[in-house]
Amino acid sequence: MRYLPLTEADRRSMLAAIRASTVDDLFRDVPKAARLSGPIEGLPNHMGELEVERTLSAMAGKNLPAGSVPSFLGAGSYRHHIPATVDHLVQRGEFLTAYTPYQPEVSQGTLQVLFEFQTQVSLLTGMDVANASMYDGATACAEAVMMANRVTRRKKAILSGGLHPHYRDTTTTDARFIGFETVVMPAAPTGGEDLLSQIDGDTSCVVVQNPDVFGHVRDYTDLGKACQAKGVLLIVVVTEAMSLGLLTPPGEMGADIVAAEGQSLGNALNFGGPYVGLFAVKEKLVRQMPGRLCGQTVDADGRRGFVLTLSTREQHIRREKATSNICTNSGLCALAFSIHLSLLGEEGFTQLARLNHAKAVQLADKLAAVKGVEIVNDSFFNEFTVKLPKPAAAVVEQLAERRILAGVPASRLFAGELEELLIVAATETNTESDMDAFAKALAEVLS
Amino acid sequence: MSMNNQGRPTDIRSTTNSAVPDTVTGNRGLQIEEPLIFEQDASGRCGVDLPEVPAVASRLGAVKPRAKVGLPGLAEPQVVRHYTRLSQKNYAIDSGLYPLGSCTMKHNPRLNEKMARLPGFSDVHPLQPESTVQGALELMAELGRWLTTLTGMAAVTLAPAAGAHGEMCGIMAIRAAHEAKGDTGRTKILVPESAHGTNPATAAACGYAVEAIPATEDGRVDLEALKAKLGPDVAGLMLTNPNTCGLFERDIITIAEAVHAAGAYFYCDGANFNAIVGRVRPADLGIDVMHINLHKTFSTPHGGGGPGSGPVVFAESLAPFVPVPYVVQDKDGSFRLVEQAGDGPAFGRMKAFHGQMGMFVRALSYMMSHGADGLRQVANDAVLNANYVLASLKDVMTPSFDGPCMHECLFDDRFLKGTGVTTLDIAKALIDEGFHPMTMYFPLVVHGALLIEPTETESKAGLDQFITALRALAERAKSGDAEYFQAAPRLTPRRRLDETAAARKPILRWTPEAAAEKVAAE
Repeated sequence: MRYLPLTEADRRSMLAAIRASTVDDLFRDVPKAARLSGPIEGLPNHMGELEVERTLSAMAGKNLPAGSVPSFLGAGSYRHHIPATVDHLVQRGEFLTAYTPYQPEVSQGTLQVLFEFQTQVSLLTGMDVANASMYDGATACAEAVMMANRVTRRKKAILSGGLHPHYRDTTTTDARFIGFETVVMPAAPTGGEDLLSQIDGDTSCVVVQNPDVFGHVRDYTDLGKACQAKGVLLIVVVTEAMSLGLLTPPGEMGADIVAAEGQSLGNALNFGGPYVGLFAVKEKLVRQMPGRLCGQTVDADGRRGFVLTLSTREQHIRREKATSNICTNSGLCALAFSIHLSLLGEEGFTQLARLNHAKAVQLADKLAAVKGVEIVNDSFFNEFTVKLPKPAAAVVEQLAERRILAGVPASRLFAGELEELLIVAATETNTESDMDAFAKALAEVLS
Repeated sequence: MSMNNQGRPTDIRSTTNSAVPDTVTGNRGLQIEEPLIFEQDASGRCGVDLPEVPAVASRLGAVKPRAKVGLPGLAEPQVVRHYTRLSQKNYAIDSGLYPLGSCTMKHNPRLNEKMARLPGFSDVHPLQPESTVQGALELMAELGRWLTTLTGMAAVTLAPAAGAHGEMCGIMAIRAAHEAKGDTGRTKILVPESAHGTNPATAAACGYAVEAIPATEDGRVDLEALKAKLGPDVAGLMLTNPNTCGLFERDIITIAEAVHAAGAYFYCDGANFNAIVGRVRPADLGIDVMHINLHKTFSTPHGGGGPGSGPVVFAESLAPFVPVPYVVQDKDGSFRLVEQAGDGPAFGRMKAFHGQMGMFVRALSYMMSHGADGLRQVANDAVLNANYVLASLKDVMTPSFDGPCMHECLFDDRFLKGTGVTTLDIAKALIDEGFHPMTMYFPLVVHGALLIEPTETESKAGLDQFITALRALAERAKSGDAEYFQAAPRLTPRRRLDETAAARKPILRWTPEAAAEKVAAE
């Protein structure tokens, strides 16, 4: 077996050194009734690379890769071009196969990456400090609410109807089991909502999204001011990190906490994971943050170096008094995010964001020309909602048969409701001919 | 100094000075100093070429476009060099033995990376129509089948993103099951003192009071103390097995019976599943629910701290209490996702989308490569390697418990008593010898813990070299050379770092202001 270096001769000599006659002797503490006498039944025996590759390639072949057809899906997961350099560097074994940097002298690579990642996330979100990543945007959102509860010592979160339903549900699952309240506003695909009137003395935070799940671009500056006046924290969720290259960042709108999904930079679609949660706060909230933090310090020779820090918040030190139970984060996805952003730089990132917006504008114009299609949005970045004269899920199925991945039916996210709405995204990967093919096929399906 | 006839020194001491020389650049041969990416900025430089932005009328609404982000500009070669140089400051399983106890740092096969990058897996959107992702759903179902077969359990969820997230899922299931019975009086979770920090943190996060169970002299759960604490106020027990002392809980079946008799559920932390995979099915031990770290037992890479993946398996008793989404297969053989919890016992979502798909592909690739026979051999070799290390060090170091151990062996710092050398010093000296240290100061049940988990992917020659180094260090410590240890490591890109200063006045990001101050000061 190719991954096991011990030879039979090694095993014999090692058993002799241990003074055991067989390896079974080493399992003598296992109750006899639970010991299996041979390989587990119902599973095949070992396979060579060729056979594994053949089997898994056959499974992969049953899927329709988004890049092989015109594809317009978004709703929290976006297909962007990833420069070749990103995956090449991510696969360096020194990054790929290292553990969490608990021994900083031999982990300066990972640690400097995290310090730079934290800086990049702070810059993008317009916040003071960011952590070293969370599992994904949805768990970052739920952690942000729990953090707000700790900070304000209140227990009620108000969740905007524009919040991605997966983020909403992740938060309400925690609410049910961890014991806090949520007020879930109804979905508002066309208009605004009155969040302020929901705030009362028990409210810890208001959670909004920008652009929201229907693609509307919002200005939360006034909401931020109102929240601040009431001692309520404003949590801004961003599911499309690319938008931060063009839109006013949440920090400038008065956000106290930003919970975002970083997948759009450096990370492939991967059928939904692994992704990378971004988590950024105002300076004064640092010590209430969940997750790992990397900080700058000096070594014994006075040279600049980096360590994990403020770990007295974390579970491995504080155990049941920790700010969160989180341990593993999304280190490698954070690295991919960071490398992509380093390649883009100021010029590339802002231009790419403008390009995404322009593509979406072009697509909106083409779809608006299709009979029976109505663009719902007054504003959008690279994603918007269209109203169809038929249930969107059926239209999407019919377009998939024509090898076009048309978007995400709102009903898939909203438990069967809003069935005429289709959420459509465009990125730099969509060509004009992709868009024409989409508009043409949509016209045919609707006619 | 002796020289050869070309004038080249032949005396080894004259060419390798023990003191590291000062260099003009600060670089030391292959160890190259690398500034922050922000310190390499030149305005207008860019590492990508993008098409022109088509001229369109903005549809951003009332929000005005942001003026500046503040990112540095670098060209592609600079970026490649930056991250390559940084990577060279990391120790990794690819470079050598990484014996972190309870972390299972085993070889990460590259086939797994290749499989995860097949466009049919990597380039599939999570919300594509189900008809276009049948292979992805099949892979999830197949991974679930392997996990339930290996554990003997009735059901599995693939949703949790990591081990601690899986713990959360398991404790939520326990709470949901009690609630479904109308039993709301259970406010406590029992957790042994030796548990991972995530266990009490998870129980507390789910609103339970955490009660610690003491250990016996032989490093196992104190059965009598456990029984005394069990009662109608206990929701469950969280136990790691093999435990964090590297020992199998001999009384586990009795423990499970006692827990069940008290109306509670038995949660097993599966972090140490590598010791028993293919040899013991957790269901046969009476366990109700267990998470599995795909990034430990099933070799998905740790990536410098993630991403992980923490599927949870459930016995019949808890099988209905799973989060959404999950995959079901219809009679016609097609697969679909159940994405809404509805009114049944299933509970809500724990993250966006369907779980860590990229990790699922890698783990299944690993499982298929080993097969049922190979996975059993994995456990055998992992346990053999750990016992070999234990047997080879027990005369110079102090094992905390009598053997045999399972996949990891635990020492404490009694062998360092009176030497002035600490567990931390031993770890740092081991770094100079070319090894990553073992887990230090965990578990908390012994003083100055050194927990060594070699894993099955180490050769005997590799272990022998590690053993030789550690024996020599133990003897050197006892010979009274404390200064040597306190100054270690000497040969790393950075020497010991001031963690106190880092925490006292945290610098958590680069800022232009700090950079300007630095320039002014110089």
